[in-house]
Amino acid sequence: MTSPKHQRRGRRHPLAGIALLVLGLFVTGGAYSATTAGIASAQEAPVPSASLVEDGERLFLANCASCHGTNSEGTEAGPSLIGVGALSVEFQVGTGRMPMAASGPQAEKKPVQFTQPQIDAMGAYVQALAPGPTLPDPRYYAGDGDAAVGAELFRINCAMCHNVAGAGGALTEGKWAPAVVDVEPIHVYAAMVTGPQNMPVFSDMNLSPEDKNDIITYLQYVENNPSVGGFSLGSIGPVAEGLFVWIIGLGVLIAITIWLTAKAH
Amino acid sequence: MAKEPEEHGDAYESDAYESYEPEPGSALERSDAPQNPGLPDEEHRITDKDPKAARTAERRIAMFFGLSVVGSIFATVAYVIFPIIPGDMTSVRLNNGLIGLGITLGLLGIGFGAVYWAKNLMSDEEMIEERHPTRGDDDTREKASQIFTDANKESGFTRRSLVRNSLIGALLATPIPAVVLFRDLAPAASPTEKMKQTMWDQGVRLTRDPSGEPIRAADVTIGSAFHVIPEGLKETKSGKLEEKAKAAVLLMRLPIEDLNASEERRDWSYQGIVAYSKICTHVGCPVALYEQHTHHLLCPCHQSQFDVSNECEVIFGPAARPLPQLPITVDEAGYLVAQSDFTEPVGPSFWEREL
Repeated sequence: MTSPKHQRRGRRHPLAGIALLVLGLFVTGGAYSATTAGIASAQEAPVPSASLVEDGERLFLANCASCHGTNSEGTEAGPSLIGVGALSVEFQVGTGRMPMAASGPQAEKKPVQFTQPQIDAMGAYVQALAPGPTLPDPRYYAGDGDAAVGAELFRINCAMCHNVAGAGGALTEGKWAPAVVDVEPIHVYAAMVTGPQNMPVFSDMNLSPEDKNDIITYLQYVENNPSVGGFSLGSIGPVAEGLFVWIIGLGVLIAITIWLTAKAH
Repeated sequence: MAKEPEEHGDAYESDAYESYEPEPGSALERSDAPQNPGLPDEEHRITDKDPKAARTAERRIAMFFGLSVVGSIFATVAYVIFPIIPGDMTSVRLNNGLIGLGITLGLLGIGFGAVYWAKNLMSDEEMIEERHPTRGDDDTREKASQIFTDANKESGFTRRSLVRNSLIGALLATPIPAVVLFRDLAPAASPTEKMKQTMWDQGVRLTRDPSGEPIRAADVTIGSAFHVIPEGLKETKSGKLEEKAKAAVLLMRLPIEDLNASEERRDWSYQGIVAYSKICTHVGCPVALYEQHTHHLLCPCHQSQFDVSNECEVIFGPAARPLPQLPITVDEAGYLVAQSDFTEPVGPSFWEREL
């Protein structure tokens, strides 16, 4: 046990290999995010000035025009943006859905690709093309409304697609309704007004701005009040819960039954 | 036929087996009769052979029971230390979770300990207990039969036929009130008519669910979806949910060029605004998962899909019929109103439905 070989081996902790792997992953991930952040900030920094629309146009031509057309008239790859308004830009770009990484049944939420001033500039440009929904007064998404009224409106208007707990759900042909908890209140508001992708529009004539604030209040209530019953299993309803009971619950029962009837040795 | 060795206990040597005789004339020879293979040799457990292992098992059983004590104490302590604070849901979760954990440990500890005890320390000798015959002996049977004969003689049940027959008649008459009473639980009129009618009628305004405010056609922007109840439903006192379950409607506005209406339904919509029953024709779930670009309506229960642009025809799933369309128009004040009730019964099939 005193040979140099054994001493060297003894000094290395059994978890050293795992620690090295974790360190390596951190370094790679860090380097990646540093480079991508560098690319994002290397895109022209907008100057908040009267030329906001021009900045927006430049950003639009560089990032959006290949699908939406150089005059926002729309192409086969993307719809026209005339009249969609600055609020649509805030929702689509502000949640990272646009620019799309790949065409598919619907755009996915992903890390935001632009800074807020850049998003505002593109919004100003799209708004300048033709008037559309603009950013609402912050008091309409402050989340200080009536959660009980919001819950009733949510159950009637939203829950059939987005799930009563806001966990989201499946639609037709590969599309889905995303989860609506842990979403920025402005984006919840924007989605109702603009009806992104296949979501129907809930204009102010359908749900008043106060109604929308109540719905946002309800969603924040759901976020801040964890499930009392313990594991919520994603709150996605009877399929997930049934699967859990059939596999885990019955599995444990079968295991105990086998143990009960097996002969001891 | 040789007797089985004695080692498995005497209950095993059933005389039923020994007394087996083939029927006269049967070709079966005794040597062909199925041989009783007997029980496999008893394998004794390590706890039977090794006193050290038995002591280990003993300690393990005690450990299970000890764990049970710990669990019960834990549940009690947790109940005191983590009380339910009114209004704080997290405290409810913590309180219930820890009490549940403690009680689970308390019960499972006893159960696992008892099973482990039975399996490892209690006797594992196998034995057969013969069941006693079901048939009573002749004396008992004779006595039972005598009781009936005596009872018949003393009561005159057979002899006094007037008494017997009137008793049978009285017994037959007792359920009659129940039949009448239970029959009257059903609605007096045929329920079929109720299932064919809803609150919608000519001139009834379409109103928002739940507020009951009427909807102007101009409010319904393209791509919008409104959840609609008939005017007056909100004020209904009795049977409100029954009426809502039949009359719930989804109102959508499509770009007018996307709408393919047949000749007779051309004037059932207004400027691309269409209204369809929200009750699935499969088993009656609310169908309201509307996609504003594909114009698909999805039922969340069984994935039936309806194409709103083609009069809600079924394009996927188990539903057999399109969703019924509510004919709508606008009144002079600009509000959306129904032209009539639905032209067919809403919801799933029922026995008396003609279509």
